[in-house]
Amino acid sequence: MSGHSNWPEWIYVGVVVSLLVYVGAEAWNVERLVEHTPAEAEVIKVVGQQWFWTFEHADGTKEVGELHLKKGQPYKFEITAKDVNHAFNIHDYVILQDAVVGRINTAWFVPDKAGEYPIQCREYCGLLHYNMRGTLIVEE
Amino acid sequence: MVLELQKPRPIWQIMFSTHHTDVGLLYVITSIAFFFMGGALALGIRAELFLPGAQIITDSMTFNRMFTVHGTTLIFLFLLPFASAVGNYFVPIMIRYKDMAYPKLNAIAFWMIPPGGALIWLGFADFSWYATPPYSAIRAPGPAADMWIFGLKILGVSSVLGAINFIVTILKCKHPDLPLSKVPLLAWSFLTSSMIVLVAIPSFAAALVMLLTDRLGVTGFFDPAKGGDPIAYQHLFWFTFHPEVYVLVIPAIGMMYEIIPRFSRKPIFSHSSGVFAFVVLSIVSFSSWAHHMYATGMSFTEKTVFMIGTLAAVPASGMHVFNFVATMWGARIKFATPMMWSVGGIALFFSAGAGGVANAAMPFDFITHDSYWVVGHFHLFVMGTIAFGSIGFLYYMFPYITGRMYNETAGKIHFIMSFVGTVMVFFTQHVLGLYGMPRRVFDYQPYPEYIIMNQIASVGAMIIGASMLLWLINMIYSAGKGKEANMDDPWGLGGKYYFPYQAKNPHH
Repeated sequence: MSGHSNWPEWIYVGVVVSLLVYVGAEAWNVERLVEHTPAEAEVIKVVGQQWFWTFEHADGTKEVGELHLKKGQPYKFEITAKDVNHAFNIHDYVILQDAVVGRINTAWFVPDKAGEYPIQCREYCGLLHYNMRGTLIVEE
Repeated sequence: MVLELQKPRPIWQIMFSTHHTDVGLLYVITSIAFFFMGGALALGIRAELFLPGAQIITDSMTFNRMFTVHGTTLIFLFLLPFASAVGNYFVPIMIRYKDMAYPKLNAIAFWMIPPGGALIWLGFADFSWYATPPYSAIRAPGPAADMWIFGLKILGVSSVLGAINFIVTILKCKHPDLPLSKVPLLAWSFLTSSMIVLVAIPSFAAALVMLLTDRLGVTGFFDPAKGGDPIAYQHLFWFTFHPEVYVLVIPAIGMMYEIIPRFSRKPIFSHSSGVFAFVVLSIVSFSSWAHHMYATGMSFTEKTVFMIGTLAAVPASGMHVFNFVATMWGARIKFATPMMWSVGGIALFFSAGAGGVANAAMPFDFITHDSYWVVGHFHLFVMGTIAFGSIGFLYYMFPYITGRMYNETAGKIHFIMSFVGTVMVFFTQHVLGLYGMPRRVFDYQPYPEYIIMNQIASVGAMIIGASMLLWLINMIYSAGKGKEANMDDPWGLGGKYYFPYQAKNPHH
């Protein structure tokens, strides 16, 4: 139409598409591995409500705001909410799942370093959303 | 060619007019007014976040209301009406018709915006611009929330009316000698974005009604306590508002397609690839809505499908960038103010797109989702790309609206300050997100890395604010007292300046 060759544009589109294929394939592969929960993972029930977190261990003990876990043990979170939607987030371990009323979402991890890590809410949930925090304490 | 205000008229003549340039002028004034109102809220938000703890705002509810109205205003009352302003001015000219297809409908679509805006501002709701239930259905304080719902409903109808008008004008009223393939890219951008509006808006319109009846307590569509599903709302919402991103960005790219070849003194590299990329974007915009919802507990398959759908939008966006760069390649470019804004907008569009590719990758999304990364990412689109394109285009339209020239030096200073400010605010917000700072927070923990990044962002925001003030002064002063523009060639680009689509006998 405009009397010049379009081949540079096609090469450019080809490069873009191959980069995207690489990113997509890599993401697919990593996500597939990440989602595979180990069978020996201990279940922790997580409930979000305005504006605090409640945790229930497999043996029935409950904690509010603080979560004590053991280093090296795989854990599986079963996350839900009581009143409105929240999002359970331990940023240092890349745990992020929405806590949705009426649904149980799961995420798993193995704490590999002892210490204290912040837990926070990452879905807007009203007045004190910014302060809906907790602490993960990983013990030796 | 002077489009508007060559003879000063009383304001009511413009207000009750249905002529496309008069309605366009009303759109310009309204959208810019809301731009400054929404921008003022942004400065308040950034001032509050300069340090941890309460600064200028004493309670979190006020803060929550501010970011809600900030987002709602700038999307629905600045970006969309501004695009309509440009479309009103230029679409009829470009397709060589005397007016829009339905002038009265056009005026009605405009006059729905002030009441919609008034409802949003007088209500001042708090549930963020995406109003997710169950919070918005059972906890958000009324009547603010209900006013927001009605306001959005009105603005949605206004969008649909405008879209119908653009589609009919372009397809049915274009000059018979002008084949659709030769319609300028700015008009093409309105055709494709209007098509998206028609398909996308109804699902959110339905969601709004359902949300309202949920709030009234007569239904439980989104309330799990009554057997509803809050995730259903998110699907309906994002089915509208992911495509809506393209409704905003496509006209901005169309504006750049008008400015870049003009100031490069060259025809566009490939008109047909621009059209192709617009059409592809308008289709793939519907394939990616649930990438906003990876963390809601979606299955691996769903996430994979929406990741692929998201990545599919990238090649078409890349074709636009290629088209711009290829047009500028080896050209005698005049870096007047509109050109600077467009080139800056393209650079930020590219950065935003690169961040979007990273975001679409599923595992990475669990780091960035609902963090400040996302805030930085989409602001690079809405501010860095769309607002930059729009502001540049307003400088470009200025001589045609007023018959006068703006102050070029002030325009360049405005651009440089805004560009530096935008980089300072939104690139640092990406970093803040990687550190783990959640979005929509009134306060943050006093970690040193949070504090320094928030401070850089706040200073950047103040720089943008100062530059916008300079812009406002420049616009108001130049509209009345600026130098008279040389209407044949306002920027001295050489040759006779005209709109090729309008001139019957163009003499080169």
